[in-house]
Amino acid sequence: MNIVVPIKQIPNLTDELEINGDGTGLDHDALQYVLNEFDEHAIEEAVLAKESAGGAVTVVGVDTTGELDGALHTALAKGADKAAKITGDFPRGTDSHTQARLLAEAIKDMSPDIVLTGVQAADDRDGQIGPMIAAHLGMPYVGVVTGVTVSGGKAVVHKEYAGGVMAEFEVSLPMVVGVQAAHQPPRYAPVSKIRQIAKTAKIDEIAGGEVAGAGSTVRRMFKPEAAGHAEMWDGSPEEVAEKIVAMIKEKGLLK
Amino acid sequence: MANDIFILAEHLNGKLADITFEMTGKAKELAAAFGGQAVAVLLGSGAKSLAESIGADTVLYVDDSTLAEFNPEAYSRVLAAMIKERGPRVVMMGNTSVGMDLGAGLSVMAGLPLIAYVNGLAADGGMFVATSQIYGGKIQAEAVPDGEACIVSCLAGAFPADAGRGSAPVEQIASPVPLDDLKVKFVKLIQPEGGDVDITQQPILVSIGRGIGGQENIELAQELAEALGAAVSASRPITDAGWLPKTRQVGKSGLTVKPKVYLAFGISGAPEHLEGMRGAELIIAVNTDPKAPIFDVAHYGATCDMLDLLPALTEKVKGG
Repeated sequence: MNIVVPIKQIPNLTDELEINGDGTGLDHDALQYVLNEFDEHAIEEAVLAKESAGGAVTVVGVDTTGELDGALHTALAKGADKAAKITGDFPRGTDSHTQARLLAEAIKDMSPDIVLTGVQAADDRDGQIGPMIAAHLGMPYVGVVTGVTVSGGKAVVHKEYAGGVMAEFEVSLPMVVGVQAAHQPPRYAPVSKIRQIAKTAKIDEIAGGEVAGAGSTVRRMFKPEAAGHAEMWDGSPEEVAEKIVAMIKEKGLLK
Repeated sequence: MANDIFILAEHLNGKLADITFEMTGKAKELAAAFGGQAVAVLLGSGAKSLAESIGADTVLYVDDSTLAEFNPEAYSRVLAAMIKERGPRVVMMGNTSVGMDLGAGLSVMAGLPLIAYVNGLAADGGMFVATSQIYGGKIQAEAVPDGEACIVSCLAGAFPADAGRGSAPVEQIASPVPLDDLKVKFVKLIQPEGGDVDITQQPILVSIGRGIGGQENIELAQELAEALGAAVSASRPITDAGWLPKTRQVGKSGLTVKPKVYLAFGISGAPEHLEGMRGAELIIAVNTDPKAPIFDVAHYGATCDMLDLLPALTEKVKGG
């Protein structure tokens, strides 16, 4: 079974996000980039599927940061078999539509049975990449998936709805899956192993085409003004605990 | 019909989702500004009564046995055909488990831009302006489509639902495309497993997030909950890690809770989590990051370390 995992790097959300000079985008130079968390789950689910049903896992991304190799090496250390990056003159923060088109072109040549990608990314302002890849490739798509089982040319997927309700679908392969969470938390790859792989691994380079644009234009980017903000309590944990207890008592929920 | 606003009606288990009414209310406002109609599109089977309870200007009800339950492939095909035939100005869908399967693919199929994670929509001098909440709720981006028409996926809770309730003339149609060769087959719905505790019924929730650090610390939250006569709930990373069962998850794909007191410990407040708990009567949040979005919805907050606070709080509660 041929499994392909498209991945994407996004700004590290634990950093302070700064808006650029003209107020229409982020100041990307000031940002650290990390692998999209949902894509980490997609890698895990792909490796689990390979381990149970056999096959090979290829991880592929558009190198918008010049730093994609690190994410690809980590994926290889976790059990992926091949890695590829799409190269070209891509700015940081390249839109989802462009990335999806470039990924679909690359993935077409990989003849996948199943494409597993993160269900969303925090920078998907113009939409999620998974369904776009599926539309470009003419494959069916199911997203918000927490479990994939593949056998006999079919996949059984579990999709989450609100309130803990799930739906089970049976889908003919090839298909694209938007992974919400893998069957198990993404495995840890030791730094020593990643370093070892970085020395020997071959990353295929695929020349990408043009940046097409998102189809919409950001007029203004700004930090949200909260409608309200919590009244903040200073003090030691003991003092804060005291205040919490007082509030709960006020609600009549504690004697 | 170029100025019509389409709304994809979302339903599950024979009930319309609130997002349907939320979008319908906003669509009526936009349709009035553009000189078109707010047209709700309901795909289903034997669901005419649902179609009749949407307060749009008109409802297009597509009745087909294949559409009895949500099927992303069937829905995509039908919607792509309807968009092509009827050319609406805006297509609104929820940024939900349903809409997230459809919007981006339709954007490619129909050659229309998509603006996702939308929590603000307005007509501005004939232009259509959408505001997206991105980067985990840290940034708002106000955008306009490059062409006239556009698809948007709207966040749950972004618009009031009341204006979208009511009734409208329903036009029942057969599926505009054949649906007999689908590659996606709906098998069954799986209801949530019966949990040990129903977190939707608790007056107090001790809710934990990533800040708990490790599985071994869950016990600290459980001890506090026990002392309070409360239950422990959690944000997504905790249940994904398998540290607590899914029945304890609060948020978009978890449960919606409305306790009298919601204690949010080590929860940053991603939009998906806020969606499930903002209706709590009293929200007290503790997080070491003073800029965490949870403080925007909490009534009271503190930035101390939850691992120091939990034992201190348990002791105070026990001490009366």
